[in-house]
Amino acid sequence: MMEPLVEVRGLTIEFPMRAGLLRAVNEADFVIPKGQITALVGESGSGKSTMASAIMRAISVPGRVAGGSITFDGRDVMSLGKKELQAYKWEQVSMVFQAAQNALNPVARIKDQIIETFRAHSKSYTEKQMVDKARNLLDYVRLDPDRVLNSFPHGLSGGMKQRVMIAFSLLLDPQLVILDEPTTALDVITQAYIFDILKKIHKDMNITMLLLTHDIGVVAKAADRVGVMYAGNVVEAGDVYDMFKRPKHPYTAKLMKAVPSLYEDVSERKGIPGSPPDLLNMPPGCPFHPRCEYAHAKCKEQNPIKVYTPAGHEVACHLYPNPESVAEVRTS
Amino acid sequence: MNARNIEFEVEPRQRLREAVRTESSEVLMRLDSVSMYFERNQGMFGPPQKVGAVVDVSLDIHPGEIIALVGESGCGKTTLGSIITGLQKPTSGKVLYKGQEITKLSGEKANQFRGDVQLVQQDSYAALNPMRTIYQSLSAPILQRKIVRGRKAARARVIELLQTVGLTPPERFLDKYPHQLSGGQRQRILMARAVSLNPKIIVADEPVSMIDVSLRISILNLMSELNRKLDIAIIYITHDLATARYIAGRGRMAVMYLGRVMELGGVNDVLSHPKHPYLQALLSAVPTPDPEIAKAITELPLRSLEMPNAAKPPTGCRFHPRCPMATDRCSSEEPQLRLVGSEQTACHYAEEAHELWQRKMADIGAIKSV
Repeated sequence: MMEPLVEVRGLTIEFPMRAGLLRAVNEADFVIPKGQITALVGESGSGKSTMASAIMRAISVPGRVAGGSITFDGRDVMSLGKKELQAYKWEQVSMVFQAAQNALNPVARIKDQIIETFRAHSKSYTEKQMVDKARNLLDYVRLDPDRVLNSFPHGLSGGMKQRVMIAFSLLLDPQLVILDEPTTALDVITQAYIFDILKKIHKDMNITMLLLTHDIGVVAKAADRVGVMYAGNVVEAGDVYDMFKRPKHPYTAKLMKAVPSLYEDVSERKGIPGSPPDLLNMPPGCPFHPRCEYAHAKCKEQNPIKVYTPAGHEVACHLYPNPESVAEVRTS
Repeated sequence: MNARNIEFEVEPRQRLREAVRTESSEVLMRLDSVSMYFERNQGMFGPPQKVGAVVDVSLDIHPGEIIALVGESGCGKTTLGSIITGLQKPTSGKVLYKGQEITKLSGEKANQFRGDVQLVQQDSYAALNPMRTIYQSLSAPILQRKIVRGRKAARARVIELLQTVGLTPPERFLDKYPHQLSGGQRQRILMARAVSLNPKIIVADEPVSMIDVSLRISILNLMSELNRKLDIAIIYITHDLATARYIAGRGRMAVMYLGRVMELGGVNDVLSHPKHPYLQALLSAVPTPDPEIAKAITELPLRSLEMPNAAKPPTGCRFHPRCPMATDRCSSEEPQLRLVGSEQTACHYAEEAHELWQRKMADIGAIKSV
C-alpha cells in the first residue's frame, strides 16, 4: 500500500446529549494514502462527516474526541497549538462542505471573499498576486474568471457555486482536500462534470482527496480506495475494484446490491431489511447484527476486531477471524 | 398497451397507427397538447416574461400502468405531475379524465376525480400534520369521504392499510406521531394515505430521494406491489434513471428537457436504445455502481454544460446549443416526436445518434441484453 498521508487510529468521538451519550465515531481506524482519491461511504448518521471534521480539527460543540489519535504527514493533529492549527487548516487540509453553495457569503463579491481568505492566512501576497492565483484556479474549474470574480453568489448557478468552492479549497495549496457530498444537490450532468474537474485537479496537482458520499455510483466513478462506515464504525476498507468485485463485510455486500443500476438485472437488487440503529441506543456486539443474515451468537456479544490482509484490504466481521479467511468468499 | 411489443419488422407508420388505436381503447387520462406557462414579472416596467415549464406535452395514461417521468431539475416533470393531479390548470391544452375535461368537472364528478388521483410527495415529514397521530391522519380522509362509517370501521380499515404498506404490527403505529417514525416508515404512511381512497392513479414525486440508500428499494418494491395488486396506475417522477428503471421495468418512460418530452417508450427500450442525444448525455452522466464501467465513461457527449434560460428557450430544437450532433436544421426546425424503432423521439437525427450510441456501448462492453 502507498504511504499514508492521514492515519486515524482508534478514534472515538462522543456527543453528550440530554438523552445520553452519543458515540458518532467508535474506535475507528482509517488511512488516507498519499496521492489517491479515497472515498468514505455510509448512510446518514454513519459518522463519515464527523470523522472528516475530526481530521480537520473542526468538530462542532458539544462533540469531543474521547480517544484515539490522528496523524497528518507524521504530525499529531490533536496536539497542534492555536498558531499551528491556523496554518494546518486550509493550508494543509481544506474542505468543501456539503451544500457548499450556501457556504459563500451572500453579500460579498467572490473576489472580496477570496482576498479575505488569503489575508487570514498570509500577509506576503499582494492583492494582484491573490487575484491572479484565483483567476488561474477559476479557469481550472472551467469558469470565466472575469465574470465570476465580480459576481455575487446569487448570480451563479448551483454547479457554478460548487466549482467556486472547489477553487476556494485550492487557494492555499493544501495537501488534502476533503469533499463532503460535493454533488448531492446537483443534477447528474453537473455532477459528472464536477467529478471530471476533480479528477483532473487530482492528477495535475497531485492532491490527495477524501470524498464523503452515500452514493455507491460516485464511489465507483471517482475513488481509488474505499472505506465503508456503519453506525460510527469503519467496517471495511480496500481497493475500489476489489471492494466492488469481492465485498467482504455483509453490510458492504448488501449496500452494493441495494442500489439500482442502469445495467444489472433488476431482480438481483434487494433492500437491506431493518434500518440503521439509533446511535443513542446501540445494539450490543456488532452494530450490524440485527440486519445481518450471517449473524450468530458471537455477533450479539462482541464487536468484531478488524483484520488486515497484506494486499491492503481490511474488514471487521466475525466471518473473518484472521487475514487468511478474507481470501475466502463468504458473502453472496 | 400491446403496441410496445409489436415486432421490429413492422413498418413504422403502420405501427404508429396500431399504437394509436390500441391506446385509445383504454385510456384513463389523456393529456392533449398540454402547456403550462408561468409569468415572471420583470420589474415595474415591461411585460412579464413567460416561462414554459411544460410545452405541448401529449400523453395517455392507461389503467394500471407505470410511467416514469424523468429529467433534470427545471425540466417540468413536477409541473406535469401537478397538472395530472389537477392541482394546476394548464395554460393551454386539455386534460381528459375518463373522457371528460377535468376543468369542467363539477359536484360529485369533481369529487370523484380528486379521490381517484392521489399525490405522494418527496418530503414525508412536511406532508404529515405533526400534531396528529398516524391513526388521525389516516382515518380523516376515509371518514370524510364516507368510505367507512363509524370509528370502529375506520380503525379496522386503517389497520388494514398499515398492513398493506408493510407496517407491522399495525397497532404499534396507530398512536405514533410522524416524528417518532423513520423516513422510510413515514413514506409508507403517505402511500397508505394515497391508497386509502381507492385511487386509479398515484403521482409519486421523488418518493425515495430523501430516504436512506439501503431502504430505497423496499419503498420502490412497495409501489410496484400496489401497482400490481390494486391495479393503480403510477406516475413516478424522478431525476434518478436507475430507480426509474427499477420500478417501471414493465412500464414506460418519458424523458423531459426544458418542458418538452424528448423521448417516450418502454423503459427498457428507452434505456438500452436511447435515441435522443440529450438522453444519451444523461445516461453517460449517471455514475454506474461498477468501477470498470464508471471509469470507462470519461467524457460527456455535450457541447455545453450550461442549461439555457427557460424563459428564452433556443430556437428550433431546445437541445441544439448543447448537442454534439446539431446542424443548421436543428437551430431552425423544432423536431416533433416521431416513431423510431419502438419508441418516440424528438430528434431529426435519431437514427444516426442511436447507431453512434450502440457503437460506443459495445466499446465499453457494458451492453446487456434486456
